[in-house]
Amino acid sequence: MTEPLVFELGQAGRMARAQMPQKEVLTGLPKNLLRSSKPCLPEISELDAVRHYTRLSHRNFSIDTHFYPLGSCTMKYNPRGCNVLAMLPGFLNRHPLAHQSVSQGVLSCFYELQQMLSVVTGMTAFSLTPMAGAQGELAGVSMIKAYHLDRGDFERTEILVPDAAHGTNPATATMCGYTVKELPTLPDGDLDIDALKVVVGPKTAGIMLTNPSTLGIFERRIEDIAEIIHGVGGLLYYDGANLNAILGKTLPGDMGFDVIHVNLHKTFSTPHGGGGPGSGAVGVNDKLKPFLPTPFVGHNNDHYHWVDSSVCSKSIGRLSAFMGNAGVLLRAYVYIRLLGNKGMERVAEYATLNANYLMTELSKVGFDIAFPARRASHEFTITLKKQAKDKNITAMDFAKALLDRGFHAPTTYFPVLVPECLLIEPTETESKETLDQFVAAMAEILEVVDVQPECLKQAPFTTSVRRLDEVRAARHLDVSYEPDEIKSS
Amino acid sequence: MPFIPHTKTDTESMLRAIGVDELEQLFDEIPSSLRCSDVNGVPSALTEHEVGRLMRERAAMDGFNLSFLGAGAYEHHIPAAVWELTTRGEFYSSYTPYQAEASQGTLQVIYEYQTMMASLTGLEVSNASLYDGASALAEAILMAVRVNKTSKSRRILIPKSLHPHYIEVVRTITSSQAIDLVELPYDRSSGRTDFNVLQRYNNEDITAIVIPQPNFFGVLEDVDALADWAYEHGALGVAVVNPLALGLLTPPGHWGQEGVPIACGEGQPLGAPLSSGGPYFGFLTCRKSLIRQLPGRLVGRTLDADGKPGFTLTLQAREQHIRRSRATSNICTNQGLMVTAATIFMALLGPEGLRRVAALCHNRTVSLVEAATLIEGVEQVFSASCFHEAVLKLPVSAEFVLDFMRDKGVLGGVPLESWFPDFDNSILVCATETKTLDDIAAYVALLRDAIEAAGARS
Repeated sequence: MTEPLVFELGQAGRMARAQMPQKEVLTGLPKNLLRSSKPCLPEISELDAVRHYTRLSHRNFSIDTHFYPLGSCTMKYNPRGCNVLAMLPGFLNRHPLAHQSVSQGVLSCFYELQQMLSVVTGMTAFSLTPMAGAQGELAGVSMIKAYHLDRGDFERTEILVPDAAHGTNPATATMCGYTVKELPTLPDGDLDIDALKVVVGPKTAGIMLTNPSTLGIFERRIEDIAEIIHGVGGLLYYDGANLNAILGKTLPGDMGFDVIHVNLHKTFSTPHGGGGPGSGAVGVNDKLKPFLPTPFVGHNNDHYHWVDSSVCSKSIGRLSAFMGNAGVLLRAYVYIRLLGNKGMERVAEYATLNANYLMTELSKVGFDIAFPARRASHEFTITLKKQAKDKNITAMDFAKALLDRGFHAPTTYFPVLVPECLLIEPTETESKETLDQFVAAMAEILEVVDVQPECLKQAPFTTSVRRLDEVRAARHLDVSYEPDEIKSS
Repeated sequence: MPFIPHTKTDTESMLRAIGVDELEQLFDEIPSSLRCSDVNGVPSALTEHEVGRLMRERAAMDGFNLSFLGAGAYEHHIPAAVWELTTRGEFYSSYTPYQAEASQGTLQVIYEYQTMMASLTGLEVSNASLYDGASALAEAILMAVRVNKTSKSRRILIPKSLHPHYIEVVRTITSSQAIDLVELPYDRSSGRTDFNVLQRYNNEDITAIVIPQPNFFGVLEDVDALADWAYEHGALGVAVVNPLALGLLTPPGHWGQEGVPIACGEGQPLGAPLSSGGPYFGFLTCRKSLIRQLPGRLVGRTLDADGKPGFTLTLQAREQHIRRSRATSNICTNQGLMVTAATIFMALLGPEGLRRVAALCHNRTVSLVEAATLIEGVEQVFSASCFHEAVLKLPVSAEFVLDFMRDKGVLGGVPLESWFPDFDNSILVCATETKTLDDIAAYVALLRDAIEAAGARS
């Protein structure tokens, strides 16, 4: 059944009266500044709103309701305790510009979070202000740029990015004024080092890498890559999207990376919230420390204080109006305290165990693993090239068929260099039973491919809507509701 | 292992299936030279009860003062239903709605949000949100540069009466894009953007002008005149607005003769708690003709295979995951959860509620300013009308007064001197609908005590 738009529910004059202050006579505002038409907002009761948004929530798959093996997104359980403790009234009511003397509670949490993130990444210092992974990337590449310019090195115009990288990497490099040079991947999934050697030179500002890579495998020659890049005076940027795979096992700082962003909404289990808010905290080694975005938290004489650009003259500056997504940082802080040092290592171990088990079991029931000779990290890629060629059943068809079987689909068509791929990341919080059920569902779909492929083209059948016409959405753009009387006038 | 469900038997049988003897073997592709021994710099694990006590102690240290702070983050009543619904697991723990059929809840919420924001700003199209108000302005400026093809200068007029942090953020984010940011002074008596100075740019190539409403000082700008100037001189008007104020004030799409084509701002007043500055959300709306230059996620309504209406992300060819280095922005996520809260907030308040809250905010600040300026030596710095905050000049050290008031549990305002050196002893003070007339009376009495104490001290 279709859920009406909230605008279609109301009646003129109806309202949620408990939320209404008394009507006021306005004092002293010039008439020409006042709006003359009512905005298109619903006129409904409080119960109308509660029912409508509760019903809409039922139309979502989520971690709390479904296995959600979306590769590269680390959809692990978001502990409820993290949410409740980050939403204590003392934290919610604190104004961002409240004086430091009445802010020691949050500042101590942020300071400790900076320290703990430094430990698990092998970096020297952290700034927590970037509000998402992509903003962390912007901060990181801006710091690389600031570093070169500060040394009087104006010739570096290029950033290197593997062809398997997240789209945000090249987009960020462009925003920072760099030309992007793509690097090819070898058939075994590692970066093509010979190609790298050809491309690097005095123009190289740096390289952006994810390790384990977006293909779900560990870049074994990372030390050689670091040597080559540092050898020409470039810097290494670590995209922390896949940090979950190596937590407590190896440190990006030891691999040779100079700067890193950490997706707290992945590795440190803050909620994805239907697409944000995230957090892309950035860490650096000593080379880049002077350029960290402000503000961050300092500590002396048992007192925590903000460090801002008045002290850090070389900082790349401010990225948000205040200090980033503070509520997200508190959730990550609670999560890390719940896990502790040993819990960190367990995350990597069981995320990797689950991925390798799932890869093995899917291979046994007949799926083609994109890099079969390699160990899976916390995720892996399968390719449905054969099914697409023989039966015209694509990765998209598989994704939709999984929805009908009660599973959110893995990431489809990424990384782009593997044709008809599914990138599968189970995370450490899923049980063996759940993984076995997923394998059974995948095997069953594979059988349907053989006997009734046309049926998969129609999937999904059981979701609140059937397959959506995306071409129509783009051709007949309808991005906001217009009441009929407006449309006809 | 607080959240790992594996029993010993599970682990053993899974290792056997994979064909390895122990967990460590799963990491055999990491060169041994890179293996770390431990991360013991992180403290040992706590139970939820233990960490609960710790966090309650820390939260109790902050956040229980009577606050008259504004300056870009505003205390408002948030209906209980807003976060009760928003933190439902189905919203809280879902991802970006790539699989549209499994994400209709989030997608419909965003479509409703887009409708509300477009209408509130008097424009046709809203994206699915950006990170916060300051970064939304940076994106709006970059968008204006892409849109205004007749202008070659990439020169942006940005008023000094804008939040100083916004100007800093715009500089950080646009620093590599050859954007020429020119700061426009404000009139020292009215607090508005100085129109006389603006006239100097009459014959210059200006790509866009940023128009705040209200501005950082709470002052209401002559937006009609500024929008008309922009239109007449081929510059794009980029509005930075408080969305809650738009329950009451003329929306940017209707400013002047033609309106301005782009509006952005901080969404926090619409249901986001103060929470130390985030998560909030930035909004960005525009005329439909500019939609292909709009950064960020966008939801469209379409039909499913049965011809029923449904929602999906659309125009994704603008975005980084498709266009990579040629995308309109590197932005990936929006602030989905905050948008969910804002949508429910606006649905509960409706047009009348939003108007009433905005009007009450305004009246409370007027009451506060009237009472405070009865104290000898306290003056309102600017003469133009304000929305819900105002600049007060004190006869004594602002730092002393604010410290004095804070010791009594009142956060008395934001000192302006560090941002605006010529505003010595001046504070920006805000009273929203959450402050009663008794709160205001208490504030003014305490302010009087503080000023007297400062006088006695000197």
